[in-house]
Amino acid sequence: MALLQISEPGQSPDPHQRRIAVGIDLGTTHSLVASVRNGVSECLPDQSGRVILPSAVRYLLDDKGQTRRQIGFEALAAQAEDSQNTIVSVKRFMGRSLADLPDAGRLPYQFEDQPGMVAIRTVAGVKSPIEVSAEILASLRQRAEDTFNDDLFGAVITVPAYFDDAQRQATKDAAQMAGLNVLRLLNEPTAAAIAYGLDNGAEGLYAIYDLGGGTFDISLLQLSHGVFEVVATSGDSALGGDDIDHLLAEYALAQSQMQAATPQDKRTVLVAARRTKEKLSTDGNAHLSCALSGGMLSVTLTRAKLAELAKPLIDKTLAVVKRVLRDAKVKADEVKGVVMVGGSTRMPAVRDAVGGFFGQQPLTDLNPDEVVALGAAIQANQLAGNNAQGEHLLLDVLPLSLGLETMGGLVERIIPRNTPIPCARAQDFTTFKDGQTALAVHVVQGEREQVEHCRSLARFELRGIPPMAAGAARIRVSFQVDADGLLSVSAKEQLSGVEASVVVKPSYGLTDDQVANMLREGFTTAAADMKDRALREARVEAERMLEATRTALAADGDLLSPEQRAELDRLMTQIGQRCDRGDLEALEAATKALAQGTEAFAAERMNRSIRQALAGRQLDQL
Amino acid sequence: MNIDADDFTLLGLHKGFALERSQLDAAWKALQARVHPDRFAAEGGAAQRLAMQWAVRVNEAHQRLKDPLKRAAYLCELAGVPVQSESNTAMPGAFLMQQMQWREALEEADTAAEVETLSDEVQLDRKARIARVTRLLDVDANPTQAAQEVRALMFIDRLLEEIDARLERYEDAI
Repeated sequence: MALLQISEPGQSPDPHQRRIAVGIDLGTTHSLVASVRNGVSECLPDQSGRVILPSAVRYLLDDKGQTRRQIGFEALAAQAEDSQNTIVSVKRFMGRSLADLPDAGRLPYQFEDQPGMVAIRTVAGVKSPIEVSAEILASLRQRAEDTFNDDLFGAVITVPAYFDDAQRQATKDAAQMAGLNVLRLLNEPTAAAIAYGLDNGAEGLYAIYDLGGGTFDISLLQLSHGVFEVVATSGDSALGGDDIDHLLAEYALAQSQMQAATPQDKRTVLVAARRTKEKLSTDGNAHLSCALSGGMLSVTLTRAKLAELAKPLIDKTLAVVKRVLRDAKVKADEVKGVVMVGGSTRMPAVRDAVGGFFGQQPLTDLNPDEVVALGAAIQANQLAGNNAQGEHLLLDVLPLSLGLETMGGLVERIIPRNTPIPCARAQDFTTFKDGQTALAVHVVQGEREQVEHCRSLARFELRGIPPMAAGAARIRVSFQVDADGLLSVSAKEQLSGVEASVVVKPSYGLTDDQVANMLREGFTTAAADMKDRALREARVEAERMLEATRTALAADGDLLSPEQRAELDRLMTQIGQRCDRGDLEALEAATKALAQGTEAFAAERMNRSIRQALAGRQLDQL
Repeated sequence: MNIDADDFTLLGLHKGFALERSQLDAAWKALQARVHPDRFAAEGGAAQRLAMQWAVRVNEAHQRLKDPLKRAAYLCELAGVPVQSESNTAMPGAFLMQQMQWREALEEADTAAEVETLSDEVQLDRKARIARVTRLLDVDANPTQAAQEVRALMFIDRLLEEIDARLERYEDAI
């Protein structure tokens, strides 16, 4: 029964305790997977030795009319010739509706305006951004499993710090679809700080400047005693290196008085522009040339010209940086260090501008494309329990305020942004009409006063309120945000006890059943495969539960009476026996029994842990 | 240790208004390092749920104690005198007169310098009131008087917010 056990002699003092955990940077332009091996975090290469997987998925039909898909470089290579079916930068569409995409007209896709989240029509049918992202994640999962020749224990997946609830939930759904156990969604800037080892002794305020292909992100982290606190965060989810490509392409077309007439032309000139831009990071000038339907495009560009074209965009990023500093009530010279993340920070113009603004040389030692994945892998290793000495704890904050719609389309703020999470907050509301028996609850996220300027996260109704005079009912609406920043909301009428609640899945509302369906369609074909997969997953889950219990017993087994201990041992043995048989339901029942059997033990352990924390502090104060 | 204990007991701090921010933060982080769900990511659902409840509670206590006004209001409440900021808005006449004068001064101010002067004056008044709250709560044990001061401070903080918003507009215009 060696399900999660890998033997790497001499690497871990207790090899069977080692669990394979990876960090995944699911990026706009490209994605990476990393893992801690031999104590070092490193990105895992594909069979050709490349660590970068372009975030591109192409859907196509083969000779027999079967749908196929290409992922990564293969898809990217076909981008110019089949741009309608080759989806790039899908991260921009996650949790977004068509109305949220001002540049939709410039893109070569056939968008379907579905409620909540936009979808894209391809030769293989209508694809949601979640499915497309799941293809990328599944590909990286496969790469990791091939590398270790084993199943993964879990993954940490990074998201931009300002991603709202809909975008985070969509990311988590995509991971679930790809069959990944999400240990944590981690903010990209925090991952970068971990990669630079700022958790080891660094104290003070650090700025993480992340200019990737499609998103800009600035975060201020306060580090002290191994605690990461996100003090403030902001960004622009539609600003990045891709925009510079567009500007460069438009400039080149204007210079030669040509036009990109077809979707293919648009792609071709963008690909050429990106290549030229990258060349200008090392060379003083470079040639942009490509074949369009109207003839050859050929223009020579200098680094100075690129800097001039990019300046408005760089200035836009610095304006966001200023706003974040003001939000945090700090000055630029109070920032102790600046970490550079994202391929676009290779541009000398960007480095100079950021260095000038903060009055110091930014940190650029690590590969800016890899740094987020490397940090995520370190965190994943820690969460999987592989690094017992590691003491860093990540305290995160809510990126955007959460509120409710009230009378007149105004927003009542329930939890302000930058509140440390996990957190919970409740607010009382009442009825405004005599005999009112239902109350509509509309949950929104954003900083503006008017509902239409905020993002709608969920709507639900509290029904069955007993008829009362206006203002007599006491309806308590409770918000709970977990450590991943995901929200659940419940409403309860206090006098009658009538209750309603939702786990906020964004308005596009994929139910778990739908996700499971998409999973089936997307990743398995035969029914036998399905069953096999379910059993395998149940075994992994059972083993996870066993490992957790063993760890807990080793640490705090003395809290149990001999009888309690015997009962837990019995439940564990039961799982062991059922793992070897092929009975899915019996195994699931045994796992559930152990989970229930350990609840009281978990509470005892928590109490001990807290007592130790308090005792430790009192010693410190003496 | 009880999850329903008051914020001070929970964080192991002396129950009083005077509180060093660094001491509060250290207590918060030490406790959070023990109870945060990330500490239990490799464990079962029961441990995760419990950790979540504790982490939420510890964050709540920290948020409340770190804000001087919320801390003062909380101490009044613990002493049996809720501040009732929504329902009890009866303020002394002299205080309301002062508020009106300040608001007029803000309306009439034309330059950033004038707004700065006003800001300094209000800040000074705030500081004096905070000192009074400290004495009322920690020395005189007079929560009723303290609650009155807390209500006044709530008015003052709202005014300071408006002053800051105005100053930001001046900054943006530069």
